Amino acid sequence: MKKNRRKVFMAAGYNTIALGTGRKEFNPRKPRPGLEDYIREAGQGTLKQIGGGANVDEGVISNFMAARFNRQGNLAALIPAIDESLRWKPCTRVEGACGSGGLGLVTAIKSVLAGTAEAVLAVGVEVQNTVKAIYGADILAGAGWYNGERKKGHAYFFPSLFSDRAGAYFEKYGREKTRRAFARWYRSAVENARLCETAQEFHNVCEDLEALGLTEPNPRSFVDHLNAYDCSKVSDAAAAIAVVSEEGLKRCGISKKDAVEILGWGQVEADLTAPPADLTELETSRRAVAKAFERSGIRRDELGTVECHDCFTISGLLSVEAIGFAGRGEGPDFILEGRTSRQGEIPFNTSGGLIGWGHPTGGTGVRQAVTIWQQLTGKAGKWQVEMPAKRPYALSVNMGGNDKTVVAVVYRRAS
Amino acid sequence: MTYADRLEKVAVLGAAGKMGSGIVLLAAMEMADLSLDSGQTPDKFALHAVDVSEAALAGLVKYLRDQVLRAAEKKTVWLRKAYESRNDLVENEEVIRQYVEDVLTIVRPGTRIEAAYDSTVVFEAVNENPDLKVRLLSEVKSRGARDTWFLTNTSSIPISELNDKVKLDGRIIGFHFYNPPAVQKLVELIRADSTLPELADFAAQFAKKLRKTVIPSHDVAGFIGNGHFMRDALYAASEVERLSPDFGLPGSIYVVNKVSQDFLIRPMGIFQLIDYVGLDVCQSILAVMNERLGGSPLRSPLIDRLVGLGVKGGQFADGSQKDGFLKYEKGRPAGVFDPDKKAYAPFTDIAPRCDERLGPPPTAVKPWKNVIQIPDRTGYLDGYFRELAGMDSLGADLAKRYGRKSKEIGLGLVRDRVAEREEDVNTVLLTGFYHAYGPVNPYFG
Repeated sequence: MKKNRRKVFMAAGYNTIALGTGRKEFNPRKPRPGLEDYIREAGQGTLKQIGGGANVDEGVISNFMAARFNRQGNLAALIPAIDESLRWKPCTRVEGACGSGGLGLVTAIKSVLAGTAEAVLAVGVEVQNTVKAIYGADILAGAGWYNGERKKGHAYFFPSLFSDRAGAYFEKYGREKTRRAFARWYRSAVENARLCETAQEFHNVCEDLEALGLTEPNPRSFVDHLNAYDCSKVSDAAAAIAVVSEEGLKRCGISKKDAVEILGWGQVEADLTAPPADLTELETSRRAVAKAFERSGIRRDELGTVECHDCFTISGLLSVEAIGFAGRGEGPDFILEGRTSRQGEIPFNTSGGLIGWGHPTGGTGVRQAVTIWQQLTGKAGKWQVEMPAKRPYALSVNMGGNDKTVVAVVYRRAS
Repeated sequence: MTYADRLEKVAVLGAAGKMGSGIVLLAAMEMADLSLDSGQTPDKFALHAVDVSEAALAGLVKYLRDQVLRAAEKKTVWLRKAYESRNDLVENEEVIRQYVEDVLTIVRPGTRIEAAYDSTVVFEAVNENPDLKVRLLSEVKSRGARDTWFLTNTSSIPISELNDKVKLDGRIIGFHFYNPPAVQKLVELIRADSTLPELADFAAQFAKKLRKTVIPSHDVAGFIGNGHFMRDALYAASEVERLSPDFGLPGSIYVVNKVSQDFLIRPMGIFQLIDYVGLDVCQSILAVMNERLGGSPLRSPLIDRLVGLGVKGGQFADGSQKDGFLKYEKGRPAGVFDPDKKAYAPFTDIAPRCDERLGPPPTAVKPWKNVIQIPDRTGYLDGYFRELAGMDSLGADLAKRYGRKSKEIGLGLVRDRVAEREEDVNTVLLTGFYHAYGPVNPYFG
């Protein structure tokens, strides 16, 4: 087991709101903030908490498809647009589809570990409401293997890949209970999001969420085994967080109680051109989590909260199994017993996750880190959950594509 | 000839009008879908879009491009399968663009009716003028293919009359779309006694492929839709006359419009609906019905007077509403026409005193657009109309009278053998006029 050669912390997180359908401010016919506005808001939100950009050595920006959604490349050069003091500093843009954020975190962590930086500003962003969903589906399909998969793929390419996973799961473990677990997952996601004012579902007022979640899928207009409520929505958002060394904490004037320590992580890549061996398992995620546990030296039963990558209800369910809370085929029971809810033994996605909070694809990994930082340092406000003393650790799992690029990170409040 | 063969050569007469353009859209997409289903290239199919106006035809092409694009975006799941063998079309955007192109390839706009001569199916959607329809149908019949089938979009002229005058020997059927055809679910299907059974089967299949709700109407002038609407409008006009000594003409138009919309929970007030259809169009329909039906005369001196003054309603080319009984600002009624002054009086001058005399609607009132989304709509309406029944304000009285009259008209259509069943009358009003409830109901005692 490799130990980190020095301590790495995260602090001063900032999430913009997740803008898209469901938010009262969202009107598809009216002008909205652009990519650079989101980057600036999130970046400045973090800089304000760390004494300004002068304290930052380096910048990392995570994004998936700005080149198509916003016709913008060279995103590293938008980091200096956050603050003048960032000009002339090293900046990097990383991309790993919806796992871009996780890659950004790891890139920043490695810089701090290498000693080439004491403080790194990590920003994640995606602005996707620039095109209709049917064209957005084309863009997001870039997370799959274009030459090998796109032509024979579905109009809604990614929902269909995960619909196939849901179908395989139904076949193996039964449909009825699994669909009920999906509906419960949706309900928990929205109920958590209603407590978090930056969440896309913050304004959701539906009374019977589980009934909505049980809407029969319509293969004619969408996919075979999932309905719209099984899917995360199209979101515009950015997130930022400072990744710092001990010296960086001091320089930025952040006390340890306001920071989380990174105990370990697992970064795993699968072959984009190889189909999953088993549709009913997130193998890459399982491997990434196992690595993260190994490197941090903690066990699953020491976790107090988890941010998982529930881009679809089925991916939420498969994450529960991949992390090992439930055995294969036992995820539906685990969810239906309420054990992943905010009152349950292991609260998942306490601000709504991808389905409730929103899914700004390339920014989600950073958003997850901010959520965990808020939760562990007592800054979660209405959506705060109690962290049991015996289970002080938190885990985030960020997945790119169909379980291809995965980063799992283990955190604890710094002391 | 199979259904698909029949649709290889189609013409639409009056193609750039309000109804015609929608028919072109739906027919051309159906033709493109047939070509995709059969794996043939779309150039085997041709739809001649014939209209007298060059300018309107230019507008038609733009309309088609926008509408086909929107439709394609909604049926991309199917389109990807339909274009499966086209390896050059990979992304949704490429598939959608190809479909728009394929549909537009099928449509051949032109001003010359000769283009319709070799068509096997002709949709007729010209002005609601019997002589014009007879003249155009006769021309295509005498010069065109021997077995051409005619689908007329007339909303009032008996099909048997067109059949006899044009000597079509049953090669005609009434296929009445509602406006706009691409959106409204209803089609009234009207068979003349002589209509060929194969043509009736074809029309039923076409309607089914378009996913329309089909209601058969007997071949009586006005059919079910205008049979109700025109009498409803005449009743509203007679109420205006009855109330005008008290409210003045503009005031009573405002009052009756408000009662029919707000108190009766309809999508628009009766005078707004007349404006939407067009006062001149209503006038022609009334004339057609009046000449052909016995019983009480079907004409409105009020509508005649306004049309005489050049007040016609209808829509501009961009779809926005022209002023008629009411004046429109940003698409919403904002004033009412005063024939004596030949000017519009703003609602702000009229509404306060009228509203006060009407009294408020029942406390349970909700706007029509909310009511149609209530899952237990019947339960809501039961409660709402029970409350209305117990009120004795002027507004409530006018609403109850109006509701009773509307029901009487609906029952009359069944009694006079226009509609086969009460349920058909209700379906026409629910789907063709978007009412929240049918006219034949228990709400008004």
